[in-house]
Amino acid sequence: MDFNPDSWKSLPEGWRRQLASQLDDGETLIGWFETDLDHGLHYVAGLVALTNRRLLADKPHVENSVFTNAASSNSEANGHSTAWQSWPLSSDLELRAADEAGIGTLELFNPTGRLAYWRHTAARTASARRLESQWSTLQARRSHAAVDASTGPTVCPSCGAIITASDGMCTACAPGPPPPPVSSLFRLVTFAKPRATMVVLGLVLTFAGTAASLVPLYLTMPLINNVLVPRFNGQPVSVQLAYWYLAGLFGSAILAWLLNWGRLYVTSWVSERIASDLRTQTYSHLQQLSLEFFGGKRTGDLMSRISNDTDRICVFLSVSLVDFISDTVMIVMAAAVLLYASPLLALCTLVTFPIIVWLVYGVRRRLRHGFDQSTVAAAHLNSVLADTIPGIRVVKAFAQEHREIERFDRADRHLVSINDRVNIVWSFFGPIIGFLTELGLLAVWIASVWMIFHDQINLGIIYLFTGALGRFYARLESMLRIVYSTQRAAASSHRIFEILDRVPTVPEPTKPVHPSRLEGRIELRGVRFKYGTREVLHGIDMQIEPGEMIGLVGPTGAGKSTLINLICRFFDVAEGEILVDGVDIRSYPVAEYRKHIGIVLQDPFLFYGTIAENIAYGRPDASQAEIVAAARAARAHEFILQLPDGYDSLVGERGQSLSGGERQRISIARALLINPRILILDEATSSVDTETEREIQIALDNLIRGRTTIAIAHRLSTLRKADRLVVVERGQIAEIGKHAQLLHDGGAYARLHKAQMELVQGVGI
Amino acid sequence: MTHRISTTFDFSLEHDAFGRLVLTMPDGAQHVGVHPVRGFPISDPRRGVAVCTVEGRELAWIDEMDQLSPAARGVLEAELAQREFLPIIKRIFRVSLQTNPCEWEVETDRGRTKFLLKSGDDVRRLENQRALVTDAHGIRYLIPDPESLDRHSRRILERYL
Repeated sequence: MDFNPDSWKSLPEGWRRQLASQLDDGETLIGWFETDLDHGLHYVAGLVALTNRRLLADKPHVENSVFTNAASSNSEANGHSTAWQSWPLSSDLELRAADEAGIGTLELFNPTGRLAYWRHTAARTASARRLESQWSTLQARRSHAAVDASTGPTVCPSCGAIITASDGMCTACAPGPPPPPVSSLFRLVTFAKPRATMVVLGLVLTFAGTAASLVPLYLTMPLINNVLVPRFNGQPVSVQLAYWYLAGLFGSAILAWLLNWGRLYVTSWVSERIASDLRTQTYSHLQQLSLEFFGGKRTGDLMSRISNDTDRICVFLSVSLVDFISDTVMIVMAAAVLLYASPLLALCTLVTFPIIVWLVYGVRRRLRHGFDQSTVAAAHLNSVLADTIPGIRVVKAFAQEHREIERFDRADRHLVSINDRVNIVWSFFGPIIGFLTELGLLAVWIASVWMIFHDQINLGIIYLFTGALGRFYARLESMLRIVYSTQRAAASSHRIFEILDRVPTVPEPTKPVHPSRLEGRIELRGVRFKYGTREVLHGIDMQIEPGEMIGLVGPTGAGKSTLINLICRFFDVAEGEILVDGVDIRSYPVAEYRKHIGIVLQDPFLFYGTIAENIAYGRPDASQAEIVAAARAARAHEFILQLPDGYDSLVGERGQSLSGGERQRISIARALLINPRILILDEATSSVDTETEREIQIALDNLIRGRTTIAIAHRLSTLRKADRLVVVERGQIAEIGKHAQLLHDGGAYARLHKAQMELVQGVGI
Repeated sequence: MTHRISTTFDFSLEHDAFGRLVLTMPDGAQHVGVHPVRGFPISDPRRGVAVCTVEGRELAWIDEMDQLSPAARGVLEAELAQREFLPIIKRIFRVSLQTNPCEWEVETDRGRTKFLLKSGDDVRRLENQRALVTDAHGIRYLIPDPESLDRHSRRILERYL
């Protein structure tokens, strides 16, 4: 693992030659690390290599004051001056990797000071750490010390491959790359497949309806040529013939009406269902995505996607697309009629056609771009609403209504300006098409006049022609209007597929281990985690016995909430592992694992529903007696009875009509009901009156009894009850021990405790 | 001060001379002026009744009313009937406006009445199709079976549900 024979193979070609020239005989490459920044933080590539004898680097930033133990050889390569330097391995040297805020530093120390350092971006952090661990393993071997296996690279519990990505995802288990970016509109076809028969029926009806509406046109030709014109010229014509033609016209009108009615019904039925499928699939996929996705998205944006964007697609499918298909059919049939009637005239009409096509193409891109912007602006508007309406209490408390109005106005103005731009393009485009079609018609009239004067054509054909032509261009115009709705729908469907293509980053295991009754033994080994580029946990090792209560204490930002998130598997560790009952939690199916964990958070979120529904949220099939028992144990039963509807009382968004202490206790009841083996408690920092505080204390005592509990503790009483206290500072465990012991030791805990006591006593005055 | 919560049903309930409800616990302790509270008044009124003191402390919890002696049950039911007012709407004559707030004129099992409905949210659908209407004063009206109403009433209700 440390003597990696693949090191050479994985080294990029350019470096291989350079490095080869630097190595001595018998020197083997163990690991390497490619930096991407120089010490001035410009993008320059460099290399640090670890061999069994030395640490080599080109372009190190060497501290001028400590220029010892370095053997350097200059060489010019690729036009950059490279000064390779090396440090022979010795036991007093230390290599350390650190990173913060997107920039990392790899440093080489000896007892007197820093010898050299290298900078890199966060993208290379994993490689830097790998080199660091290879270094420490090598140093350990040299001094024959035991190699600490727990700091080795993380192994994927499902497939056994080494996880190299810095976000903790196993690339071997991860699903393949997303499908190539075909126009998202075409991907809607997958939603149409289940309704294939109805879709086909709709298409058939469209064809038939369009054909039926062309029949009258075709009948007028003989009506004019064989009846009206000869009669006009005085020839004998039987009225019967006229009646037949008129009857035919009437009949085809009825037929067209019936067919169109059928078509409209079928197509709207299908499009409603396709939109419904789209909505439900998107929402259910959204529910499966992990917390990391939601952290980066605004609520209003997601809501807008599921409601507005699917709505647009539905309208597109039921109205625009159907019109488009019937228009296309009409155009093709009309063109056929025209060509049949008079090829020469037909060619004249199509004179302007190429220009129109070219214009359409040009405008399509501009419209698409405009619509992409427009949907984003609309989502942003929604986000402003989703933000301020739930927080309306804060708005009113600080009397910032005018500011929120202004914020909404800004978003609205932005939307209007984007729509304006789209409309400018469209308002230019639309009438131009009309103008060009008029030109086309003019060309036809010119040609007809010429042909009449040369006796090449009769009135009937001209009438047929102008009729068909009228339809041809009318349909063409409306078909081009499709461009507008198509681009709009394409932008919307793109946003929908953005969600559907997203893969949850807390993946289900490929070989799941199903947890039966968990005991609740938790073990953390070498756990590291980072939010984005900020590493929050720097290697946590901890063991918790079943039934033990652990209190996590420490200053804010120390990483306590992160630890809890990791244990609940809202996020996956970047390095290291978390084991519950000896099994890596990544081997348990996510939902099953979480059923064994009860969570009581700082700010309890209650859904819009009855109190009974909220308490039974984790187990909707719980009986009335169980709900009441849970509420009793949570000391919530009595105040619930006081409410007008008892357990059937509706608690509004965020349980507004309840006080903080009451919501806390309902949240405790909720956790009690699922009877979890592992309990996570994130204590509320808000102070409540002593009466309620006592009630909550008793409730918590009931909750904690017999369960493995990890509590982020703020209350002194909780701290005293804890079996062990863990002091977390700056992402690492500073102290572990019992309350009395830690106080006696006078370390970090003692300080925190003293500060808290002072605070409490100050309040007492 | 903790009160033992009795679930063994061998307590007795009776009205005293002043019309107050008196609960006598098995150990002889007497509590005057207690009142019954339904735990699940809307979803399951017959089960889960608590007897509480005036301050709200629970004294007894009754899972099923049938578990009580007929005498106690009668007393409890009578007391609950006094406290609960839930008219059942049999017909909706008219609603004054299309928008809310509006005035409803209805026929209930307790007679004909009018009330003001503040917003559409106050008409709530319960499980098994029942509907609950809350007026501006907080008085609730139950519609046990919207489908069985006459056509006119149904059309009005459909706008809200």
